[in-house]
Amino acid sequence: MEYFLQQLINGVTLGAIYGLIAIGYTMVYGIIGMINFAHGDIFMIGAFIALIAFLALVAIGVTAVPLALFLVLLIAMALTSLYGWTVERFAYRPLRHSFRLAPLISAIGMSIALQNYVQIVQGARVKPLPPLIGGGYTIIDSPVFVVQLSNVQILVVLTTVALMAVFSWIVANTRLGRDMRACEQDLKMASLVGVNVDRTISYTFIIGAALAAVAGIMHLLYYGVVDFYIGFVAGVKAFTAAVLGGIGSLPGAMIGGLLIGLIETFWSAYFSIEYKDVAAFSILVIVLIFLPTGILGRPEIEKV
Amino acid sequence: MSAAAPTQDGVPMLAVRGVKTYYGKIIALKGVDLDVHPGEIVALIGANGAGKSTLMMTIFGTPRAREGRILYEGRDITRLPTHEIAKLRIAQAPEGRRIFSRMTVMENLQMGASVADAAHFEEDLARVFRLFPRLKERLHQRGGTLSGGEQQMLAIGRALMSRPRLLLLDEPSLGLAPLLVKQIFSAIRELNERDKLTVFLVEQNAFHALKLAHRGYVMINGQITISGPGRALLKRPEIRAAYLEGSRIEQVQGKR
Ligand SMILES: Nc1ncnc2c1ncn2[C@@H]1O[C@H](COP(=O)(O)OP(=O)(O)OP(=O)(O)O)[C@@H](O)[C@H]1O
Ligand SMILES: [Mg+2]
Repeated sequence: MEYFLQQLINGVTLGAIYGLIAIGYTMVYGIIGMINFAHGDIFMIGAFIALIAFLALVAIGVTAVPLALFLVLLIAMALTSLYGWTVERFAYRPLRHSFRLAPLISAIGMSIALQNYVQIVQGARVKPLPPLIGGGYTIIDSPVFVVQLSNVQILVVLTTVALMAVFSWIVANTRLGRDMRACEQDLKMASLVGVNVDRTISYTFIIGAALAAVAGIMHLLYYGVVDFYIGFVAGVKAFTAAVLGGIGSLPGAMIGGLLIGLIETFWSAYFSIEYKDVAAFSILVIVLIFLPTGILGRPEIEKV
Repeated sequence: MSAAAPTQDGVPMLAVRGVKTYYGKIIALKGVDLDVHPGEIVALIGANGAGKSTLMMTIFGTPRAREGRILYEGRDITRLPTHEIAKLRIAQAPEGRRIFSRMTVMENLQMGASVADAAHFEEDLARVFRLFPRLKERLHQRGGTLSGGEQQMLAIGRALMSRPRLLLLDEPSLGLAPLLVKQIFSAIRELNERDKLTVFLVEQNAFHALKLAHRGYVMINGQITISGPGRALLKRPEIRAAYLEGSRIEQVQGKR
């Protein structure tokens, strides 16, 4: 029971991170019907920017953790958004009216390019961040097993919930959110009523990248390390989460992220930690075969 | 019906000059010339696949004309991005209505007001509700769950929310019961007469359309073949034969 509770806590934390990344996949798919394979690498870039920003802040003497964290959040979100915007603007937009697979191929190319770029600039070795946020709560202190909830876990989950709430509110209630939904439902009609479709797509990439940057920071704080390859693995899992939840659906991405985090954690805990990635990928295959529209997906995705 | 037709001298509101549009290698418009003057109702009729909807969409640059020019109030808009054309206060209720199906009626109307000044939103909303009181009752219903007729009202209402000066309507009567057709057509007439709205409409329902319009054009196979005052076109035997055969009954009922 104690062991189970501990895995539940770990799984929810991991699921929060996957959910944040999954939103980027699902939004872009919803609007332009394309899987942005480079999104996982955008998340990786976000984690690296966060690491560099943390170290730079410490170097100039900003050592108060809440302040440093806040600044890193701003810096990483801003710079990562710029990456997201750039990738869309120069690798995808010129191909928008090309044949259907062209943007997809371009996305795979961007993914490899971003990985190699970071590998060359930052080296292939794992980079550590000294633990910034220590401590936590002991929930159950039984002789068999000690259940702990760390402050980092609390931070990860609270930040994720807050961001998802803000983002959902934006989509439901603001002009930009309405434009995004209009583009998602009918790109051509959106342009007929005067929505600048290209700009709305840019904003979608910017927001997706900003959320991925936050996920990158959370990943960095939680695991304490980054390397150029984290984007691929986390990216495929977040993509699986988006498919599981129903690609194109925002709440689906959140629920899917949570489920993938839980499944991976429990699989590692009760079966085999070596095969934890296999679990996630098997789910992708199974979902695609038996539940292609996902949990909250719409059977009729009317793409024009 | 209405008073004298609006004047046709001066700069046309919309001028289509030698426009050719292709879908890939297939040509859909083979050099179309057409004018819409301020204050007019102009009808475009033609058989299925003639290219009517293609012309409506080409005016908005999607698909783009490969040759020829489209002028709006004398300004060349042929290469303008679609959303910039919408900003010039041309609005379209396109073929198939294209309601944002997972948005509410209110949100659809807000989308229509995208390019309009927020200051007169309430006023424009009131105008739409006056024309189509049904929409007011359905305000928070999702667009996709409206009936076909209600969707058509919403498509027109959404177009009106931008406070257009030129309204393009692609088959506004499609699939509607006769009573509703009458209602939609009288709404169009009211907008034209009271609000001085210029209307360019495509219709299968040639009898109604030509009776309503000041002028009409007939399109065959991507080309304009006949044009003239609506009532005059109605009398021409070739038009009666091609487009009005099935409408005899309506014609009799239509006599007022
Ligand atoms: N997206 C497209 N791709 C290829 N061909 C198209 C496309 N849209 C229309 N066409 C073709 O262009 C021609 C003109 O079509 P259009 O829709 O303009 O006709 P229409 O006059 O509006 O017909 P209807 O009265 O049936 O609505 C048709 O032959 C049609 O098959
Ligand atoms: Mg048509």
